[in-house]
Amino acid sequence: MVMPSGHPQPGTGQVQGENELELINRGNRLDRNPLWAQSLIHLVLIVLTLITLLPILNVVAMSFSEAHAIYSNPLMIIPEQFTLEAYNYIFATPILLRSFMVTAFATVVGTSFNLFVTIMGAYALSKTALPGGRFLLWVCIFPMMFGPGLIPMYMLFKEIKLLDSIWVLVVSGLVVPFYLILMRNFFWSIPDELEEAMRIDGASDMGILWKMVIPLSKPAIATVGLFYAVGHWNDFFTGLFFINDNTKWPLQVLLRSIIIDMNALNMRGVGTAISQDSNKIMLTPENIKAATIVFAVTPIVLVYPFLQKYFVKGIMLGSVKG
Amino acid sequence: MLLAPTIIYFVVFSYVPFYGVAIAFKKFQPFLGIWDSPWVGWQNFATMFTSKKFPELLANTVLISMYRLVFGFPVPILFALLLNEVRIMWFKRTVQTITYFPHFLSWVVFGGIVFHVIGPSGIINLLLDKLGMEAVNLAANPDVFRPLVVITAILKEFGWSAIIYLAALTGIDPHQYEAAKVDGASRLRQIWHVTLPGIRPMIAMLFILQLSSILDAGFEQILILSNPVVYGVGDIIDTYVYRVGLLESNYGLATAVGLFKGVIAAVLIITANHYIRKTGEKSLW
Repeated sequence: MVMPSGHPQPGTGQVQGENELELINRGNRLDRNPLWAQSLIHLVLIVLTLITLLPILNVVAMSFSEAHAIYSNPLMIIPEQFTLEAYNYIFATPILLRSFMVTAFATVVGTSFNLFVTIMGAYALSKTALPGGRFLLWVCIFPMMFGPGLIPMYMLFKEIKLLDSIWVLVVSGLVVPFYLILMRNFFWSIPDELEEAMRIDGASDMGILWKMVIPLSKPAIATVGLFYAVGHWNDFFTGLFFINDNTKWPLQVLLRSIIIDMNALNMRGVGTAISQDSNKIMLTPENIKAATIVFAVTPIVLVYPFLQKYFVKGIMLGSVKG
Repeated sequence: MLLAPTIIYFVVFSYVPFYGVAIAFKKFQPFLGIWDSPWVGWQNFATMFTSKKFPELLANTVLISMYRLVFGFPVPILFALLLNEVRIMWFKRTVQTITYFPHFLSWVVFGGIVFHVIGPSGIINLLLDKLGMEAVNLAANPDVFRPLVVITAILKEFGWSAIIYLAALTGIDPHQYEAAKVDGASRLRQIWHVTLPGIRPMIAMLFILQLSSILDAGFEQILILSNPVVYGVGDIIDTYVYRVGLLESNYGLATAVGLFKGVIAAVLIITANHYIRKTGEKSLW
């Protein structure tokens, strides 16, 4: 054992002769940094957290505030002169609700299809006895590394008449190779004995999958399902590339037009919803953009507790893959 | 049988489109279709390599990726190390809950928040206006575009990217810390001699992976944050393919540029995996 050098810690000289529990307890005590270091660490973390949080709070506050309050206090984090005008405006905008419905369709129907196909595929791939299994796995993994590129995809969708169809949002990215592998690894962890027992009782592959594997895999399915669902909700590219008809735009594509391209007040092709011109002064593009952002983020906030729980789990599953 | 839908999906949507790669070697005419368009050999590639735009695209893509790597890569590691020192659980959890959140926002929405702060009528300019100062243009300014891309990417992802390191940190044998303490190592020295070596395989792997995706400079982010004013410093291969191909319908050239990128990216990732496997860490496949 090397003797302590540099900064002798109190008590290190008496370590020998103590039992392990005491050593660990002492360890926990010694584990702490000096007070100044501990304070500095907390300070840095608080700053990082505020940098993340304050702009979001500011957007929320502005979405509920009147226009002149925004100009008098741009740094607000709680609403001033509370008003729902911005929300009245965006909810009276038919194109926004239409895009919301498109995205809701893609999220619900798309995620169901994703899960259905991914679960079946992953279950089959988890069987080591699968003939040609290694080759089939390669067929699924190769697209992660090399794809044909944007234009050939566009041509394909054009040829099979999926351009300008909301089904392209469901079909494109039906199986994500990474999630397929994640799911397969989870299925691997289910003991074979359970399956054999069911097989002896005469259960079919589908029966085993449905009655045993799926109920046992709920956490993994929830994880992958949430991955897919958030993917659909935030999907910007599929709509941008393959849907030109703005009545079928998913939410994110419309949002870009409203929030980024600043078409806030004349939301293109909308037939603006502001009828009472007297109210117009209460609204600015900033209000409307803020309200639109809040509108688009709300569903994410609602599922966030689950996201945090399951996504962390997913990362862990992913990082122990064999 | 259960595998059939998955395989059909990949064959139809990942392998069949490769026939469209032929467009890169053709003078594509929409009314003739892919097969009947005349072959032009390497002409599209020649156009690509001799154009003035191409070196600029490549430089933008590689530079932005490198900046991300140099400035962005260490942030989640440092953040994870800091979090690891926190002993107050509710504080740790609050910090995590808030800093993970932006990961779940799309770039459209996060870009909206960015412009809400720095845009022409964003809060910074509102403040400057109140103070009687001149407005600054951060949103459409070639001088600040690359830093803007790097910083906003860090802000969006640093919390989330730290998770994988936090997971690796929990795998370190506590006895190593005990041993280091017995040897009188200060907390800082423990981090240097125990913590960092403990997560080094993870750091190495993620570093190689990010290095191998150097041609991905952040398509969605840059599409959202850029505008014609900053194309000189911010136009990357992906945004160019999108613009030239889908918006200007120059299919041949766009396919050629996309193919060029795809081939190099595939070579890089395969090399990376080979290298990771050789160093004895877990490989990707």
